[in-house]
Amino acid sequence: MNSISRRKFLKITGFSVGAAATVSALSPIINGSEKINKVKVKGIQKIPTYCDICFWKCGAIAYLKDGQLWKVEGHPNDPLSKGRLCPRGTGGVGAHYDPDRLRSPLIRTRERGEEKWKEVTWNEALDYIATKMNKIKTSYGPESVAFFSHGIGGNFLKHTLKAFGVNNISAPSYAQCRGPRDVGFELTFGDGVGSPERTDIENAKCLVLIGSHLGENMHNSQVQEFANAVQNDSTIIVVDPRFSVAASKAKYYLPIKPGTDIALLLAWMNVIVKEKLYDVDYVKKYGFGFEQFAAEISPFTAEWAYTETGIDVELIKTTARVMAMNKPATLIHPGRHVTWYGDDAQRSRAIALLNALLGSWGRKGGFFFPSSYSIPAYPYPEYPTTKKEKVDNPDNKYPFAIEEITTGIREATITGNPYPIKGWFVYATNLLHALPNEEETIRAIQNLDLMVVVDVIPSEIAGWADVVLPESVYLERYDDLHASSFKETFVGIRQPVVESPADQKPNWWIAKKLAGKLGLGNYYPWEHVEEYLDHRLKAAGLSLDQLKKEGIIRGEKQPLYIEDGIEPEFATPSGKIEFYSLQLSNAGFDPVPKYTKPEEPPAGYFRLLFGRSPVHSFSRTQSNRILMDMMNENEVWVNSDIANRYGLSNGMYVKLKNQDGVVSNKIKIKVTERIRTDCVYMVHGFGHNSKMLKGAYGKGASDAQLITKYKTDPIMGGTGMNVNFVTFELEV
Amino acid sequence: MARFGMVIDTKKCVGCMDCVVACKTENNVPEGYNRDWIVTAANGKFPDIHLEIQTQRCNHCDYTPCVSCCPTGASHVEDFGKIVLVEHNKCIGCKACLAACPYDARFIHPDGYADKCTFCIHRVEKGELPACVSVCPTHCMYFGDLDDPNSEVSKLLASRKNHSLIPEAGTLPRIYYLT
Ligand code: SF4
Repeated sequence: MNSISRRKFLKITGFSVGAAATVSALSPIINGSEKINKVKVKGIQKIPTYCDICFWKCGAIAYLKDGQLWKVEGHPNDPLSKGRLCPRGTGGVGAHYDPDRLRSPLIRTRERGEEKWKEVTWNEALDYIATKMNKIKTSYGPESVAFFSHGIGGNFLKHTLKAFGVNNISAPSYAQCRGPRDVGFELTFGDGVGSPERTDIENAKCLVLIGSHLGENMHNSQVQEFANAVQNDSTIIVVDPRFSVAASKAKYYLPIKPGTDIALLLAWMNVIVKEKLYDVDYVKKYGFGFEQFAAEISPFTAEWAYTETGIDVELIKTTARVMAMNKPATLIHPGRHVTWYGDDAQRSRAIALLNALLGSWGRKGGFFFPSSYSIPAYPYPEYPTTKKEKVDNPDNKYPFAIEEITTGIREATITGNPYPIKGWFVYATNLLHALPNEEETIRAIQNLDLMVVVDVIPSEIAGWADVVLPESVYLERYDDLHASSFKETFVGIRQPVVESPADQKPNWWIAKKLAGKLGLGNYYPWEHVEEYLDHRLKAAGLSLDQLKKEGIIRGEKQPLYIEDGIEPEFATPSGKIEFYSLQLSNAGFDPVPKYTKPEEPPAGYFRLLFGRSPVHSFSRTQSNRILMDMMNENEVWVNSDIANRYGLSNGMYVKLKNQDGVVSNKIKIKVTERIRTDCVYMVHGFGHNSKMLKGAYGKGASDAQLITKYKTDPIMGGTGMNVNFVTFELEV
Repeated sequence: MARFGMVIDTKKCVGCMDCVVACKTENNVPEGYNRDWIVTAANGKFPDIHLEIQTQRCNHCDYTPCVSCCPTGASHVEDFGKIVLVEHNKCIGCKACLAACPYDARFIHPDGYADKCTFCIHRVEKGELPACVSVCPTHCMYFGDLDDPNSEVSKLLASRKNHSLIPEAGTLPRIYYLT
């Protein structure tokens, strides 16, 4: 049996605590919104809420000027934002004013994907959906409806669908993003790194970033801590084929050949073990299988790694020693978007092992023990028990998967195995940009009897829906309570600041109404979401009124490190940190990570890499006019030697063609010294083809379009996407 | 009376543009225009690169060609903090100041007047920081009185290597970059 419990919906890490004596740090001018601001109040009003431009959920304060939404600032009492939002959060008002927003429910009138609609009432739309859902239930069972959801906003819809009997529920954040990391760490420490991550960046004396481009990737708390680490003269080591912004802050930059990170990690561990630089006591006390591990890595010297990675032998050795010198306050950051090459769980495990060698798990400047504010769940009736297994991972094909695999559900939708999937609900995730291989996604959609998209903007995936439901943006709605596991315990509220401009509705309302149509009204014992929130808060000794006023309520400080007296527990089969993993070897995998050479690009082709911009989130912010003004198209980064060879100059437009002959939208060339010659890079999220996205349509290119190939991680089902190669088409 | 200036730590700045976004929402800067902006300069050959990222805006210079060239007196230096401002009502949109500014800090607002950074005087008068400074997630921006030797900005300039932009233009700019 795997010690990782599959289908673990809620991982409870560390401690849960109750209310502490809370002090309101806010001035009394902050008033909770009564109903929404119907009466236009003169002057300035401040209403606390939390951000939704990404999933980080920073505490925020929205400002109204004479009843009009003006600006959003960070909530000073929020442990995540510490009073400062990231650029996307600061530009959040643009989501409310976005002229391309969905305005009313739509039902498709022509073929799927043609984007031809009629506007309908909510009643018509929900009736249509309920009828189709019931048909699917009768013919195939409720399990044949699947739900793809991203973010906290999906909670209520998930509740309705579970009540209906839906069990295939998934988010791209697992198999297309952080899944391999969480699995690699669970296999090693018996626990994941969580979200927000339990990384103690600001206290790290040595911080190692492997492909993580903090600063371009704007996870607010992490970037704030990163800046503190820079200020504190922490030694920063950056490993990246591209000279990222983070690389410019680094003492050591390792311009690694893409796909060879495991070789580097093995060599680092080799140096640290051979030179006995690891935390001997820690490894002895908490480690399992160290001797076998040491034997396994002994052939992988820095000299060997040089030939794979292209990183100088001395640089490998020096950085290994620097890491060891600073232990245990050396943090080898686990990254977040880590679905790169299909052996990502093993790479993540190598990162976990390197951290384990240096004793950083549970130590200051390494990985702290997070805790969360304890708020009991709402006492809903039990969900019906589903008779069928989930479809995403039949016969436990990916034995160490810990969440549902989106691409597994897609596969089942295409093949009808292990049973047909006939309905898709998609909430706030643009699957056409998030999943690899668009064509497979479209093929799956063509097999559906019902496809519903709930979103705020007409994303590409909405273009393929039968019914599109327009949701209110976060500044216009309540959502579930926010009580993430983090350095400090807290609970935050999202509450409406302004009215929706048209017929958009909050997710809780949509979910409750749909439940009513499905005859599941008993699953909603409350009339208005305020009752739900108040009920939960009262059970935690708080109240809705109080939270609406304060926005954030903090709990008591909790111990964070082993140094504080925490005795770490490891939920692995051995109960220890598994340097050597018997559960992996029993399942036919390498018990210690091994390196496999990446495929070389065909002649004239370059590996396609993609990443983040600080002013956009995924493919959901490109029509926000404020953020568009910051960046309204992406560029393809090309090394200047390559540009010379191909006659490419800065600012010229090209199309990219991948190994399978798929051609992208046109994209601007950025000639730069900041990238290797064997790869090109672009920011993810651009290249919109949805005609309803008037502002973003045709601006830049989409990496997703070019990711026709992907390599599935055999351990956990993640889809490695950095395995595509592109060349330039000059005629545009 | 104070002489306000800004000190920006390029070591910490990641060029995220939060300052640009914050200015835009704080001051309702219209779509397509910005009062501040990010410049990224990369020097060297891969992989030995030096990157400097700067958040730039009106330098609120001590010597102001944009004021002396103004035919109407709209472009002026405030007593409060020696902040350089444009009085919208007096401005005829002649663009002389746009040409005179060595930093390209000014633009013509769609309503017809020359516009630019105000150091958020409406906030500073209330004792708050300019929006860009107050929002920066890396805390890389500092604002204060350059004439007060005990201010944070003065202390930073005394203790850290720094430079200003296009000093050869002779306008005595008041924004400094720590390197
Ligand atoms: S990191 Fe930025 S976009 Fe994400 S929640 Fe925080 S402020 Fe909003």
